[in-house]
Amino acid sequence: MKYFGLIWSNAWRKKIRTSLTILSVFVAFLLFALLSAVGYAFGVGANFADAERLIVINKITLINPLPIAYQNRIAATPGVRSVTHNTWFGGYYQDERNQFAQFPVDPEEYFSVYSELVLPDEQFEAWRKNRTGAIVGQALADQYGWEVGDRIPIQATIWTKADGGRSWEFDIEGIFSSKTAGAGATTFMLFQYDYFDEARAFGNGTIGWYVLRVDPDADPVQVADAIDQQFANSANETETSTEEAFAASFAKQYGDIGLIVRLILAAVFFTLLLVAGNTMSQSVRERISELAVLKTLGFTDMSVLWTVLAEALLILAIGAILGLGVGWLAVEGLNSQFGTQVPLYLTPMAFVTAFVIMVVAGILSGIMPALQAMRLTITDALARG
Amino acid sequence: MSKPLAKLQGVSRVYQKGKERVEVLHDIDVEIPEGDFIAIMGPSGSGKTTLLNLLGGLDKPDAGTVVVGDAELSSMSNSQLSHWRATHVGFIFQFYNLLPVLTAQKNVELPLLLTRFSSKERAERAAIALDIVGLADRAKHYPRELSGGQEQRVAIARAIVSDPTLLLCDEPTGDLDRETADEILKLLQILNKEHGKTIVMVTHDAQAAEYANRTLLVDKGKLGFKAAA
Repeated sequence: MKYFGLIWSNAWRKKIRTSLTILSVFVAFLLFALLSAVGYAFGVGANFADAERLIVINKITLINPLPIAYQNRIAATPGVRSVTHNTWFGGYYQDERNQFAQFPVDPEEYFSVYSELVLPDEQFEAWRKNRTGAIVGQALADQYGWEVGDRIPIQATIWTKADGGRSWEFDIEGIFSSKTAGAGATTFMLFQYDYFDEARAFGNGTIGWYVLRVDPDADPVQVADAIDQQFANSANETETSTEEAFAASFAKQYGDIGLIVRLILAAVFFTLLLVAGNTMSQSVRERISELAVLKTLGFTDMSVLWTVLAEALLILAIGAILGLGVGWLAVEGLNSQFGTQVPLYLTPMAFVTAFVIMVVAGILSGIMPALQAMRLTITDALARG
Repeated sequence: MSKPLAKLQGVSRVYQKGKERVEVLHDIDVEIPEGDFIAIMGPSGSGKTTLLNLLGGLDKPDAGTVVVGDAELSSMSNSQLSHWRATHVGFIFQFYNLLPVLTAQKNVELPLLLTRFSSKERAERAAIALDIVGLADRAKHYPRELSGGQEQRVAIARAIVSDPTLLLCDEPTGDLDRETADEILKLLQILNKEHGKTIVMVTHDAQAAEYANRTLLVDKGKLGFKAAA
């Protein structure tokens, strides 16, 4: 720490140059934060994926439904512990911009499969007993200011009612939270499948996809194969995959967002390395004689190396902390506005990755000038100065 | 005569300039008594600065030995020399060589960063050193805000702050007007006489050499003769 004043003063030797370098680092890490959050949003399903959960969809496409009659046969498959089903409702609240996910489900079955969701027992019972009851995630309730007891209309974009109406009304009986951290964990709504199936105009007796939990000692791959074999050559063949693989393939409908994000960031950080490395090289070239003086005073080769390297790390750290800080604020701000539609989140792993990038970029940009400073011969450098 | 603080025996130093081999110092023998103030004079390229660098452990001889105090510099590693310089030698350069990004106070504190002194102790010692050179009121000034003479005083404060026994000065008045040069030389005399510092000063200036106790003349890599100051 006693060298900090020296390192700090040297870093600000050319204020405009250092400010511009920090600005470039800031932009790089701001971009990192925003793209990481976007990457999270596209992989949100995979983020919550459970290794013991399998997804069964219609082999043709996810959009094609499956018969509800499959449920008992799937449940009877060896290795299956519990089964539930999901259907995409695709409605909005009051305005088309207020879109979020809604799923008609069976309450008991759903909670047996999604054990990470937390709902007070009395709210669960109230929901179970009310056919038009619904439960909403905490984030969703916060966004729209909903409370237990509210009656809310959801406008259907797919599922018209048998009477031709598009407005579905639900009583909020509970607000759930999740043991899983991260945006998107509580941005959806669940309501009773029985009510949905009876009231809809078409598609009765079908569901969107099944979700099942396998026994801990069962092999998920074997279970998946067994399920698909049961329905082979039927009118509705199935395709079963792990929840993570399902979520990943779903996200890839938009392209390989993860790869795109990584490529952009690689380009950004490569440029950053050139900028920061150039700054450090110039800075060291300008003070060859000063470095020689430090050595004359008794600074060892290694301590000179470390002061130059620390200077590079300091510049990177200032830019990175500012970039991540502003990025985090931006993500939080965007999430509070649009989180139910596009759940943006900066994971702890994103921060760890940013820290590692910061340290590696700092070392890479500073190592050559630092080695040059370390290898300086005092007499030559003083003669040149 | 005091016991010798520094002793050079059979010292030679050769530089390779392209294909040419230049012997800057040849078989030099010299003793510098503790508490002495010696001026080294000679034409450009005669080996004055090389001699100073050898005494300060900034350079190593190709032959012979350099002993300062109890340390045999010619056999020490670079790292050992760094630690030795930090506690035993103070350097004063012609162009002051202060760090422009640090205040006078922080420049003077630089050698103390290599010690175990706390931040407060470092500041106190730097303040004392600046007081000795008469610049206590310029502690917060940056080098660009000081005159040449003031900068050199700060450099002297930096050289004495860790209380070294030996001060090595390379043309300390070479960049100063006569009046300021005399002030600096008087200050060096005070450090020699009142603070007991052993001073070796390289200079081209005969008037500057008169402030020393004696003068060594170096020419073509050899010590020509010694003259009483």
